[in-house]
Amino acid sequence: MRIAVVNRAAFLTRPEYRGLRVVAVLGLVIAWEALARTGRVPVLFLPSPLGVLAEGWEMLRSGELLGHLTASLQRLVLGFALGGAAGVVVGVAVGFFAAAEAVGTPLLAATFPIPKIALLPLLILWLGLGEPSKVAVIALGVFFPMAINTFTGVRQADPLLMRAAVAFGARRWSVIRKVILPSALPMIFAGLRLGAGTALLLLVAAEMIAVESGIGFLVLHAGNLMQTTKLMVGIVVLSLLGVLSHWGLGWLERLAIPWRASS
Amino acid sequence: MRVVVERVSKLYADRAGHTLRALDGIDLVVDAEEFVAVLGPSGCGKSTLLNLIAGLLAPSEGAIWLDGELSPGRAATAMVFQEFALFPWRTVQANVEFGLEEMGVAAAERARRARYQLDMTGLAGFETKYPHELSGGMRQRVGIARALAVGPAVLLMDEPFSALDAQTRQLMQEELLAIWERTRKTIVYVTHNIHEAVYMADRVVVLSRRPGRVLAEVKVELPRPRAEAMIAEPAFVHAVERIWSLIRDQAAQALRE
Repeated sequence: MRIAVVNRAAFLTRPEYRGLRVVAVLGLVIAWEALARTGRVPVLFLPSPLGVLAEGWEMLRSGELLGHLTASLQRLVLGFALGGAAGVVVGVAVGFFAAAEAVGTPLLAATFPIPKIALLPLLILWLGLGEPSKVAVIALGVFFPMAINTFTGVRQADPLLMRAAVAFGARRWSVIRKVILPSALPMIFAGLRLGAGTALLLLVAAEMIAVESGIGFLVLHAGNLMQTTKLMVGIVVLSLLGVLSHWGLGWLERLAIPWRASS
Repeated sequence: MRVVVERVSKLYADRAGHTLRALDGIDLVVDAEEFVAVLGPSGCGKSTLLNLIAGLLAPSEGAIWLDGELSPGRAATAMVFQEFALFPWRTVQANVEFGLEEMGVAAAERARRARYQLDMTGLAGFETKYPHELSGGMRQRVGIARALAVGPAVLLMDEPFSALDAQTRQLMQEELLAIWERTRKTIVYVTHNIHEAVYMADRVVVLSRRPGRVLAEVKVELPRPRAEAMIAEPAFVHAVERIWSLIRDQAAQALRE
């Protein structure tokens, strides 16, 4: 008897449908454009993609868009840097020092679940209507995922490598700098990605209160004036910001973690 | 440099709060330029003993000290680990320089000393590679080069080749013997492999199962330099049989647990 042997596990290998990815995105845009062109939906509710593109170009040429974008980016970058740095410092301290853990863990657990948007009115009360309250709410939003991820990364550092470092003369600070921080770097980058999403959300929320600039203001203002095309430009810019920050962080991660990228 | 271990015991508390005695009254002297193997069944505390000598643990009872002159710019001890324990984010060169960095050696001197050890351990041309790009044997070469770079008076080796395949292990043993012939370091070599212990060492210290006690010290009456053919000599066979008879029952007990 002859029993044919075939690869029974073939369905477990997943083919990569690269073309389908492009089709999905293009399909959505084309369908949207087609729907808008039928004229059945008023422009007030659904402007066409090409219309949004034209409006965006016009706003770019007039400098209007750039002004909003600069204002938003300033808040974003400043809040991100402050919250991120504080998160890493707190995460390392809580992860490494037993006393800091005893103090930090319950405090983080108690404050982490607060939706940060809810703190915005309080921050405005404390810091005023100006830039500091906006930056502060973004920094808070970035701080928590960064602190928690850094903490987890520090905890995942291999005890064997720490002992090896000590065997070769490393003291506390050297172990933190040369073993724990590089061990935690992948988790820190995961925290940055989480933080980037939160930061964008809080940016828009903060820019909807008492400001005259920023993409969040643009979206709210255009909505109030029923300039739907302009509103859509704002949304597209926000989604581009999200995509770009994702790519940028990925690029930075490959640069900062070369021992992983080449594996 | 001589290593003196005097009536050393190490106690641990397990999760239930019971006290476990890992090592019990260990007396051991390793002479300068001596190659001593510490051998025992798994769970005999031989790695614990090595960590105690390295100063990575404190003895519960007894004392450990090193006896001899230490020239400046050299470390007292250096360790080679079973799982290599290389820093994945450092290149081969940077791994080898690690101990020198911690000793405060200037960058140029670090690079020079690292380069010398890389040449000596057959790692020339691999300086810029990361550990994950290397085979197990090459990784442990980095581990050995990192240890030798600090010019240690005593080299502590914790089952350095047991994670390697049999052929690689054989070759690495010969390379280590060649390094020892050249440098005449005091070596404390932990292993569970009787053949390896007898082939490499001047003296084999046999430990019992937990609590680890010194069962016997077996002197290996084989000339230096060692050669592969010596494994057929009566002195080799006798030493192996003697040690096996000492720990056979203990290993069988461990198997039943």
